Amino acid sequence: MPINLAHLKSSTFRLSAIYLFLFALSVGAILAYVYWSTAGLLERQSDETIRADVQALADQYRLRGVVGIVDTIRRRVQDEDESTYLLVAPDGRPIAGNLDLWPSQAQGEHGWIEFTTNSKTKTGVKLHNSRAYYTQLPNNYHLLAGRDVNGIRQLGEIFQRTILGAIFITLALGLIGGFWMSRNFLRRVDSITDASRSIMAGDLAGRMPVSGTGDELDRLGHALNQMLDQIERLMAGMKEVSSNIAHDLRSPLSRMKLRVESALRSQDCAQYREALVSALDESDRLLQTFNALLSIARAESGQTREGLQRTDASLVLEDVAELYGPIVEDEGGSLETRIAPDLIVRADRQLLAQAVSNLVDNAAKHGIATGAEGAVIELAAAAEGDSVVISVEDQGPGIPPDQYDRVVERFVRLDQSRTKPGNGLGLSLVAGVMKLHGGQLLFEDNKPGLRVKLVLPRYSGER
Amino acid sequence: MQAIRAIPDESPLQDNMRVLVIEDDRDAASWLVKGLTESGHVADHAADGEEGLALAREGLHDVLIVDRMLPKRDGLSIIRTIRNEGIATPALILSALSDVDERVKGLRAGGDDYLAKPYAFSELLARVEGLGRRKAQETQQTKLKAGELEMDLLTRTVTRAGQSILLQPREFKLLEYLMRNAGHIVTRTMLLENVWDYHFDPQTNVIDVHVSRLRGKIDKGFDEPMLQTVRGAGYMIRAD
Repeated sequence: MPINLAHLKSSTFRLSAIYLFLFALSVGAILAYVYWSTAGLLERQSDETIRADVQALADQYRLRGVVGIVDTIRRRVQDEDESTYLLVAPDGRPIAGNLDLWPSQAQGEHGWIEFTTNSKTKTGVKLHNSRAYYTQLPNNYHLLAGRDVNGIRQLGEIFQRTILGAIFITLALGLIGGFWMSRNFLRRVDSITDASRSIMAGDLAGRMPVSGTGDELDRLGHALNQMLDQIERLMAGMKEVSSNIAHDLRSPLSRMKLRVESALRSQDCAQYREALVSALDESDRLLQTFNALLSIARAESGQTREGLQRTDASLVLEDVAELYGPIVEDEGGSLETRIAPDLIVRADRQLLAQAVSNLVDNAAKHGIATGAEGAVIELAAAAEGDSVVISVEDQGPGIPPDQYDRVVERFVRLDQSRTKPGNGLGLSLVAGVMKLHGGQLLFEDNKPGLRVKLVLPRYSGER
Repeated sequence: MQAIRAIPDESPLQDNMRVLVIEDDRDAASWLVKGLTESGHVADHAADGEEGLALAREGLHDVLIVDRMLPKRDGLSIIRTIRNEGIATPALILSALSDVDERVKGLRAGGDDYLAKPYAFSELLARVEGLGRRKAQETQQTKLKAGELEMDLLTRTVTRAGQSILLQPREFKLLEYLMRNAGHIVTRTMLLENVWDYHFDPQTNVIDVHVSRLRGKIDKGFDEPMLQTVRGAGYMIRAD
């Protein structure tokens, strides 16, 4: 694997390095404790033994005098060769023990010293690392007792080497592991970064890699993929809308252009006037379409949600019925209302009225079969649980159920309605208004005809 | 085809107003000034907020037309400032922002009417003249009169040449608005806003149906129609 500085800079590596440091520290502490409670214990025990030895010899001296202590020392020297003893007279002359000379370091009344010495044994001369305690006895005799600490020291050294080795191995393994972990992690992060780069470069169908383990990187990948799906859907919608807009604006614009051009060619004042009038009409229609598109966009983006207020939907509906009753009658039908009183919702009065107006207008235009006598359009509203349900019913040809989703799209006009005036934006606006109000727009078969329902949350007092 | 917009001949001369146009779009402003002048009014133009405020402060104008977004000082701030100084000149706000919220903001700042761009000149003229009249007839009236038509606002009765006419409440309101503006054009949008309080475009010409019903009631059986349609502009009740 190539050594890449990026690995060292990665957050995983940093984390594992910190963890490694703490881990090595605790390994060190544990081993130090082991050292203290083994090698240290042996040393402490050896010191204890020496001290007890000195105490025993001092007792001998007190009880039996110089003869007693000399006797004891001699016996001890014979018994064990690991120990060192020396008793010197006040004039410095050695009296007993297996040391030839009083060590020069041993100054003062008492204390601990360490020194090397050779002892004669049956097999020859042996080098000792001795640790000894010396003390002054009454009558200015000096006593020294020590033990060979070679074994203990060697054990301690072994321990120290082991500890250092263990720490080194810990560090080495930890570093390699951290490097490996960060490399794996980095590889996955890099693949996510690569995927987003290629998406940014225009590959909208691209998605984040997901390993399938369900870990946090997978969850992140899933969330990003969902976001990308949503964006792709919106983009597709936008594309469709803009091509629809282009189509629906291009036709009136080219009509207008043709008319103006032909009028200009004619050099006739009456034709000029006619072209201007028709251009004005076309531009009015275009503006109407623009305004409708803007209202939909505003409602859909929800930027006027702040403007929603406690509104009596019953009054709004009565007003709309009053405004549209004559229109329905002109189309040859009648508008009947069944509106329960005091239906309170949180709404924008203008937008709600506009939405219901669009529905009633649609019913008047498309829901009354030509020549039908006594066609009835019903505008009804009632409370249902926590909702206020507004419905507009007609007995016209209706909409095929598989077209319910399509009719709310911008500029969609079903074939049978193409001959009637309209821009295909009415239901889009209703859908946008419902979205803004947290409501629903539903279509049902009225058998015969169409029933359009608006379901709004009932006003509950709090937001 | 007839004229797009007819300036009523009976437009009385004393109606001539002095209008201040505060608008930074030179083209739009010059069309406005030209149109207003042709309609018999005197129009002044200010191209930025500071100049507009200075002119409006003189209090010489009958109506202000104020663009919402202007260099140096925005339109709402001009209106707020002069209102604080006690100048009550009616103001029409022009704006490319047609949101209902924006409209409310404009009226709250002290504007008297709000018109979203793009607008038809006939619409603007009808509104400007309406504002000028409103200033003239601030006094409370209990009776309105237009030619043979008489309206009693207290008893809520209407007669034409002494003959009583029965009207629905909304028809009464519609006729009242037309009569208050007798002799002047009232646009469909003005009716929708003032009679129904709707500030959206209903796509269908609902107003036409209501006006023709009202016309059926007040003109039926009489030779001279009182309620006239002004092609391309709106409606008008004759003043005499």
